[in-house]
Amino acid sequence: MNLVETIRIGLRGVTANRLRSGLTVLGILIGVAAVIVLVAVGNGSSLAVTQSIEKLGTNTLTIRHGSFGPPGSGGQTQFKDLTVADATALMDATVAPDVKSASPVVSSGTTCTFEGTSYDTSVTGTWPSYFEASNNTIASGDYFVNDDVVNSRRTVVLGQTVVDELFGTVDPVGSEIICAGTPFTVTGVLETKGSSGFSDSDDVIIAPLTTVQSHLTGYGSLDSILVQTASADVQEAAQSEVYAILDDRHDTTDTSSRDYQVLNQASLISTVEDTSQVFTVLLGAVAAISLLVGGIGITNIMLVTVTERTREIGIRKAIGASKSAIMGQFLVEATVLSIIGGVLGVLTAILVTRFQIAGTTPVILPISVIGAFGVSVALGLFFGSYPANRAASLRPIEALRHE
Amino acid sequence: MTPVISLQQVTKVYGSGEATVHALRGVDLVVERGDYLAIMGASGSGKSTLMNIIGALDGATAGHYELDGINIDSLDESGLSIVRNRKIGFIFQSFNLIPRTTAQSNVELPLLYRGVGRKERAARATAALESVGLANRGHHEPNELSGGQQQRVAVARALVAEPSLLLADEPTGNLDSQSTKDVLDLMDVMHQQGRTIVMITHEDDVANRADRVITLIDGLVSADRWNRPRGQRSRTVTA
Repeated sequence: MNLVETIRIGLRGVTANRLRSGLTVLGILIGVAAVIVLVAVGNGSSLAVTQSIEKLGTNTLTIRHGSFGPPGSGGQTQFKDLTVADATALMDATVAPDVKSASPVVSSGTTCTFEGTSYDTSVTGTWPSYFEASNNTIASGDYFVNDDVVNSRRTVVLGQTVVDELFGTVDPVGSEIICAGTPFTVTGVLETKGSSGFSDSDDVIIAPLTTVQSHLTGYGSLDSILVQTASADVQEAAQSEVYAILDDRHDTTDTSSRDYQVLNQASLISTVEDTSQVFTVLLGAVAAISLLVGGIGITNIMLVTVTERTREIGIRKAIGASKSAIMGQFLVEATVLSIIGGVLGVLTAILVTRFQIAGTTPVILPISVIGAFGVSVALGLFFGSYPANRAASLRPIEALRHE
Repeated sequence: MTPVISLQQVTKVYGSGEATVHALRGVDLVVERGDYLAIMGASGSGKSTLMNIIGALDGATAGHYELDGINIDSLDESGLSIVRNRKIGFIFQSFNLIPRTTAQSNVELPLLYRGVGRKERAARATAALESVGLANRGHHEPNELSGGQQQRVAVARALVAEPSLLLADEPTGNLDSQSTKDVLDLMDVMHQQGRTIVMITHEDDVANRADRVITLIDGLVSADRWNRPRGQRSRTVTA
């Protein structure tokens, strides 16, 4: 008896009791869909975080002010300020060849108003090199330039969220907004970067460093220095150069208790990826359990089917069905159930992942589709083999006597 | 010519110790090609056991059995299934059609397990159904057919694979008198076409349709009589 005939008989068995087959299929469907969807959610949130970090610039180092060593270990009692001079020192092409630019950054939370509309946000004061380093591009109008910094001109570049809040549909370029009592002229609007789910990268106002210092923050320590490296490949080299320069300038005696910290985007991304991978594996494992339960459902229903159809098996054997023909029939039935469940599960997963789940856009991992489907088929074969073998081993006279 | 059935000192013992039952105590039986044999006996006489052994559904404890020249004693499970498929056509008391499966598909089943192609299967099954007078019932499922019709489908299924032996176990036991007559007439026709038939029954008038009747008592052949000489069939029953 060939495979096609075996499959045809198996299919007939599946359709003979539609409700029961349907419920068994449902078990597999839920398992397969859960695996794919949960892995897609994990993958999606991982991608979202990675992308939002990448938007900040992939080849940058952020130098933050303050001690981040273990408490009580500080050898230095005196914190040195992070200064513009530090930033300038980092751009020494001979000592730090891998640093492309270093932009001092100060920021201050403030309320800005435009024609009676007010909005709470923060103003970042920096140099023009910040735009390139932080991956910000102008959508309309223009960047401010070095001359604006030198002359402390009251010019600002707005993020799209700020534009939406203050101006609505009006073109803001050329208008004047008032932040903390100081009027600023809008020279440009940034290209939108989108929300990452955690923070809105478009909720920014960027102004010349000197202007922000004189009107908002004062001339204390910088909040941070954004260093752009020559390329993503030389991050490690650039980081050592930064350490060398700043350790010297800040009289660091103990490298474990610096009064500043260097954050590396690349290492941040890999940390986040590692974390979210663990998260994805956990989600997948939970879903895999439900797939396993679905598989046990197949065994259960096939055992019931074999018992219920003992007489039929006896008849088939009396007519001359070989052991392998009976085995094949019930294996095909189990596998058909699991394949239908697998296909429907994949379709359900594709449908479900079109929607946002828990704030993340799920991104289906192709391997999870292939894996979940493959496992469901294997489950059918594995969990179907015990009942099928039981059916095939029935002795014909006893099976015929069964009522 | 090789006999279709040749049993030599066949015994069958069930259980062991005090619960031992000697179902067959040494049966010798030769059935030639074209014979129409009825096996009679009271319940517990061993006729069902004999039928199972003849039908290659069960093995004998001791003795020798040849079916159509094939030594059945030495066959394994898969060998037995091939013998059942090629050499024997079963007709059961309770019809034993596969439920939720059309008459046509039921009749095709032995051919399916033999590996006959789809078209040939369909043609032969249709012809077999025609020969039992159910040409227009092929697409009906067993529960849509009367008992007599179901048994005629079963006869078609037993015939379709052209077996050497037609083995009927109380074929009329569950039928009314008209259906009984229909099925027995059908078997007479099969006999006239030269088929070898072994029928188990406990009804005398059913047994009298056969050429030869053997009676089992306590696992032994106690009587063996011929209703009419071999090959000399009266034609009145089919008129």
